[in-house]
Amino acid sequence: MFELVWLVPLLPLLGFAINGLGFKIIPKSLAGIIGSAAVIGSFILSLILLNNLADSTVKSFTINLFTWFSVGDLSINLSFLYDPLSALMLLIITGIGSLIHIYSIGYMSHDPGYGKFFAYLNLFVFFMLLLVLGSNFLVMFIGWEGVGLCSYLLIGFWFKNQSYASAAKKAFVMNRIGDLGFLLGIFLIFNTFGSLEYSVVFSSLQSFASGNPILTTITILLFIGACGKSAQIPLHTWLPDAMAGPTPVSALIHAATMVTAGIYMIARSNALFNLTPLTMEIIAGIGLATAVLGALIALIQTDIKKVLAYSTVSQLGYMFLALGVGAYSAGVFHLMTHAFFKALLFLGAGSVIHAMSNEQDMRNMGGLKKKLPITYLTMLIGTLAISGIPPFSGFFSKDEILAHVYEFSPVMWGIAVTIAFITAFYMFRLMFLTFFSDFRGTESQKSHLHESPFSMTMPLIILAILSFAGGFLNIPEIFGGNHLLSSFLNPVLNTESHVLNLSHETEYLLMAVSVIGVLISIGFAFYTYVNRATLPAADIETQPALSKISFHKFYLDEFYELIISKPLRALSTMLFEFVDKAGIDGLINGTGKSVVFGGKYLRYLQSGSIGFYILIMVIGVAAMFIFSFIRF
Amino acid sequence: MITALLIFFPILGSLLLLLLKGESVKKIALLLVLVEFAISIAAALRFVPASGTQFLLDIPWIPAYGIHLKAGIDGISLLLVLLTTVLVPLIILSTFQRNFKNPAAFYALLLFMQAGLIGVFVALDGFLFYVSWEIALIPIYFISAIWGDENRVNVTFKFFVYTIFGSLLMLIAIIYLYLQTPGTHTYDLQAFYDLNLTLSQQTFVFWAFFIAFAIKMPIFPLHTWQPDTYTSAPAAGTMLLAGIMLKMGIYGAIRWLMPISPMAWSQNSYIIIDLCILGVVYGAIIAMVQNDMKRLVAYSSLSHVGLIAAGAFSGNLNGLQGAMIQMISHGINVVGMFFVIDIIEQKTGSRFLRDLGGMATKAKTLSICFMIILLGSVALPFTNGFIGEFLLLKSMNDINIWYGAIAGLTIILGAVYMFRMYQKSMLGELNSLTEKMTDLKWNEKLVLFTIVFLIIIIGVYPQPILEVSKYASADLLDLIHSREY
Repeated sequence: MFELVWLVPLLPLLGFAINGLGFKIIPKSLAGIIGSAAVIGSFILSLILLNNLADSTVKSFTINLFTWFSVGDLSINLSFLYDPLSALMLLIITGIGSLIHIYSIGYMSHDPGYGKFFAYLNLFVFFMLLLVLGSNFLVMFIGWEGVGLCSYLLIGFWFKNQSYASAAKKAFVMNRIGDLGFLLGIFLIFNTFGSLEYSVVFSSLQSFASGNPILTTITILLFIGACGKSAQIPLHTWLPDAMAGPTPVSALIHAATMVTAGIYMIARSNALFNLTPLTMEIIAGIGLATAVLGALIALIQTDIKKVLAYSTVSQLGYMFLALGVGAYSAGVFHLMTHAFFKALLFLGAGSVIHAMSNEQDMRNMGGLKKKLPITYLTMLIGTLAISGIPPFSGFFSKDEILAHVYEFSPVMWGIAVTIAFITAFYMFRLMFLTFFSDFRGTESQKSHLHESPFSMTMPLIILAILSFAGGFLNIPEIFGGNHLLSSFLNPVLNTESHVLNLSHETEYLLMAVSVIGVLISIGFAFYTYVNRATLPAADIETQPALSKISFHKFYLDEFYELIISKPLRALSTMLFEFVDKAGIDGLINGTGKSVVFGGKYLRYLQSGSIGFYILIMVIGVAAMFIFSFIRF
Repeated sequence: MITALLIFFPILGSLLLLLLKGESVKKIALLLVLVEFAISIAAALRFVPASGTQFLLDIPWIPAYGIHLKAGIDGISLLLVLLTTVLVPLIILSTFQRNFKNPAAFYALLLFMQAGLIGVFVALDGFLFYVSWEIALIPIYFISAIWGDENRVNVTFKFFVYTIFGSLLMLIAIIYLYLQTPGTHTYDLQAFYDLNLTLSQQTFVFWAFFIAFAIKMPIFPLHTWQPDTYTSAPAAGTMLLAGIMLKMGIYGAIRWLMPISPMAWSQNSYIIIDLCILGVVYGAIIAMVQNDMKRLVAYSSLSHVGLIAAGAFSGNLNGLQGAMIQMISHGINVVGMFFVIDIIEQKTGSRFLRDLGGMATKAKTLSICFMIILLGSVALPFTNGFIGEFLLLKSMNDINIWYGAIAGLTIILGAVYMFRMYQKSMLGELNSLTEKMTDLKWNEKLVLFTIVFLIIIIGVYPQPILEVSKYASADLLDLIHSREY
């Protein structure tokens, strides 16, 4: 059965090929169905595979397809690894991917590039599946680069808009910075272990002491790769701009694919990372810093998608924090619940934007809950989940992370739990501004307000159910659960060695603090945006300095422009004008003219007559020939 | 026999074309190079990778001077011969929408040049190598100087000065080696390998060859003829130069330079690799702000070739095999790239990024082909550029992680300049110039689809190519390393 795992990525690839090659002839209605069917097919296969895995005593299967290339002792197989971690990732990618595809049938129905859109979506899913299925680092890298490409294609989908095209390019380039780190890490892994296969690498780690400098270098390089893909400081700036793409793309990038790649990579390589405490501390630190930064920026944005985009940055920081403190399964658990509720929230936002005739500014929304009841209710569930209200899914995953962080460092826990409060605040700010109070848009927008079609609300409903119930998969002991997900992942993540050593009292206390804090946050948001109906200022420039800085995303884009892009362009012009043209070329032309054809009496030689040049050459060659004979 | 056929068939074809007039010339030229392609395929089918140099041709040419018509094909040669015989038909097909003045001369020169290129890649005799080298060069002077743009005269002059300087150095080196051979002297490559030269003799030969080859590739800082020539030459000429001719330099380094002067190579390879890597970054940085698409691709080519040369000079198997497959990929991609630029220029009248934009709406098929070629040159996995770049960067990384990291900047910078070019030409809104854009004609489709097909097929399944040159590369490295000290 498991030999057939290659069918899972194959189906989306076929979908891509059909829609990609036939985009001129395949009718619109069919393109969406082909694209969706391909991913749904993969999802069904993934379910069947999971069922088999559950019955199997062996928990890890390697399926070798063919030798991709081999040079000397370097031999790379295109082979897949199916184990609990990849099984889980397959379900997340194809499951949420299917819903996003179905949603897109409705959402993109007016777009002329409909077939192309589904082709790209399928390709995206294909590369993501490759990424999580690879049995070695290079296959992961194929998927890794592939999703980078797809994000480029999809973010710049509406390419007539130059700023969208720029956002797409930025995403690709930022990702490539990380990719270079990953690639160097791969080289180092090969030189250290003589193989890129996970099974070989992870099983030969016994001979390495904790803190081994080579391993530290490797893990840091891998982490640089993860920073690019999963939008961590300092490579996070592409992700918020990535919302330039159609909303289903944002959902795909932010939830099911792409950004989860970094988390997956580190979780997959946990054996390596366990041996490098320094890297782990860096990961925890960067994760926490990113979580703070994302939350602070999300707090002040007025574009509904931007709020969600920065909340993704922040939540990813949370996941990295979990990885950094060694709580891999908590990180993966949060990855999963986040995939549910973030896909839900983005698709919900898409439904709002759809209804609002492409308006994205929350200041022009308001009072939508009556007109969009399904969107409202489902998004509310998503918001409750991300805020960590029990028993919604986010509560369990966030709580697990927080407990592990507390064990690692109470100070970090303090910061992390504060982020949770801020998260609840800005998410409810989003909900209140969008759905409560009175409608603030134009009359024509008002007349068009409508709930989205079934193909769009159905995915919302399913995701809402998952966002509500997803946490039950991993109920902690203190609630009488048995950590189902963690035990499932144990063969890969070795979760048994990372169990919490906190007393139940402490755990209850931590939970109570976070839940009460979140409730207060929500109350405060309600008071501000519903009771007092405060609106974010129309002109951010008049606001206090802190809001301004936050609104401008801490000026990081401007900072990068100033310290990297600008000097690089200046250097480029300088090298071209002064070194290349004036310097080297000047020298060569000078030498050429003065030595070879120098002397003003010989100037007529530069007559431009090539025939004459050739003649000279022949004579020259002959002369050299004779000369050498005489000399030697 | 088949080797002789490969060399002489294009020469005969070229003479035949000179007798013709009018429209039919290009069609007959295409037919002739397709026959040449078929001959090379016949050679490839009979080729056995593991058994060294095959299809040996060895007849006395000028016996008094020990000059033989000695040629043969091993895995390294075969790949480059195939590159030539695949690309030349595509290049000729790419000119089908064009009408050159004096077409018979143009296409005759193309075929003549093909003979020279093949001669370079199969020669096992120093004299034959040199003659082939010049036979490959002379037609390109004419092509640039007669069919080039308004700057053609100055530019061709610079190109001419550069290359003749290199050629002369190479000639001196070859004659020097000839005079070192025992007995009645010979130009036989094997005899050159067997010379027991001292380090200082090797150093002389090394630098003489190196400058000749470095100009051809080109390696920084001997490259300034290249952007000008690429820009000014007609598209077909640029494709020949970038797609095939520059590989003569790399091939020369692999076949002649390193095995003949292994001690000098071992002493100087680091300086050369430093220069190559400097060129990788230098070319990429300059490409970032170029406005002329042809010039942009010329600098990107400088960057890519720097990495190929670095790998070839690294003396390790990853580097050499990476260089082999990357020469193929670079040839395919750069021809595709220059063709796309040519199509754009033909249809809109400009190849300057500031004039362009939005063409993806007008020319969907072109925009897709362009994207795939671009992905090949930024070395995305599953395109042909990836394996080569991976192996080459690995060979750099094996020298030192910083070499890997600095050369690896090409991954980032390549994405920057390539996607900038794509965005400025294809994306955004149409303007009055690009309104005129139309999608591909039949011959353009045929060329670009072939290129796209090759990009993907080599990317997905590169092993057959690596297999062809595997033994030859390993043998060559053994030879070099056995005489390194």
